[in-house]
Amino acid sequence: MWKFFHKLASPPHFYRMAPGFILGFGIVGCALILWGTYAGLFLAPTDYQQKDAFRIIYVHVPAAYLSMMAYSIMAISAGIGLIWRMKLAHSVAAAAAPLGAWFTFVALATGSIWGRPMWGTWWEWGDPRLTSELLMLFIYFGYIALRSAIDDVSKADKSSAVLALVGAVNIPIIHYSVTWWTSLHQGQTVAAGKMAPDMLTPLLINILGFTFLFGALLLYRVRTEVLLRESRARWVKSMLLPEAGGA
Amino acid sequence: MESLAMGGYGAYVWSSFGLMFIVVIISAVQARNRHHRALLDVTRRIKAMEAKK
Repeated sequence: MWKFFHKLASPPHFYRMAPGFILGFGIVGCALILWGTYAGLFLAPTDYQQKDAFRIIYVHVPAAYLSMMAYSIMAISAGIGLIWRMKLAHSVAAAAAPLGAWFTFVALATGSIWGRPMWGTWWEWGDPRLTSELLMLFIYFGYIALRSAIDDVSKADKSSAVLALVGAVNIPIIHYSVTWWTSLHQGQTVAAGKMAPDMLTPLLINILGFTFLFGALLLYRVRTEVLLRESRARWVKSMLLPEAGGA
Repeated sequence: MESLAMGGYGAYVWSSFGLMFIVVIISAVQARNRHHRALLDVTRRIKAMEAKK
């Protein structure tokens, strides 16, 4: 088992192994999403309070969940990269940021679209859940901007890792914001077991499906990072220009 | 047709789902483009190094 992970962390091995996982995760993810989305839109019963508007949950919650999951992956990888100087970990952190930013954007936008008919407003400044999620979007932007501003890759890795770790304080704040403060946002629904099974199942399927798809996208981006970082390595040369005798 | 109208909330429901799927497609295309560009860049760099030798 450990041997497998150790081997996977070697850049050429990762580069060769990744496409199979990307394809597999992508196919499983798409199949689950098709199933979960169909069930969520057409099979789940209408909510007695929110009517059909509640169906937005089937994209809003997966997006919000992934926005925080991407951040956790980014912060933990950045930390591993700082402590153990593992290059692959920094690649993972750099690859997670743009995906996390996209899903944060979707979580905010679909939340806003949901808020309009339910709360009568697109946005509420000062609401703890909304504001802390928006803050996370800005931290993602800051992380991406910081990376692209520093030419030296190892310096960019270190500075951006510090930013990712400091910004991680925001993650528990987002999670507990609806418990700690009064918020327009509804309280914990899924974890608190407040959903009927025929409404909950499509949501869990979609969360799982989008997680697989996220995994595929993340691996794809990590693979690009690995290629760019290893551009001087012999295995890259022999792969791209076999006739040049790189091997 | 009735189920597509989502009880009058169709505009909200469909725009939310549409947005999620558009973003997923954009991030997939971005990942692919970035990789292709990286392959071209790295190949060009290696060729330039070879030419110098």
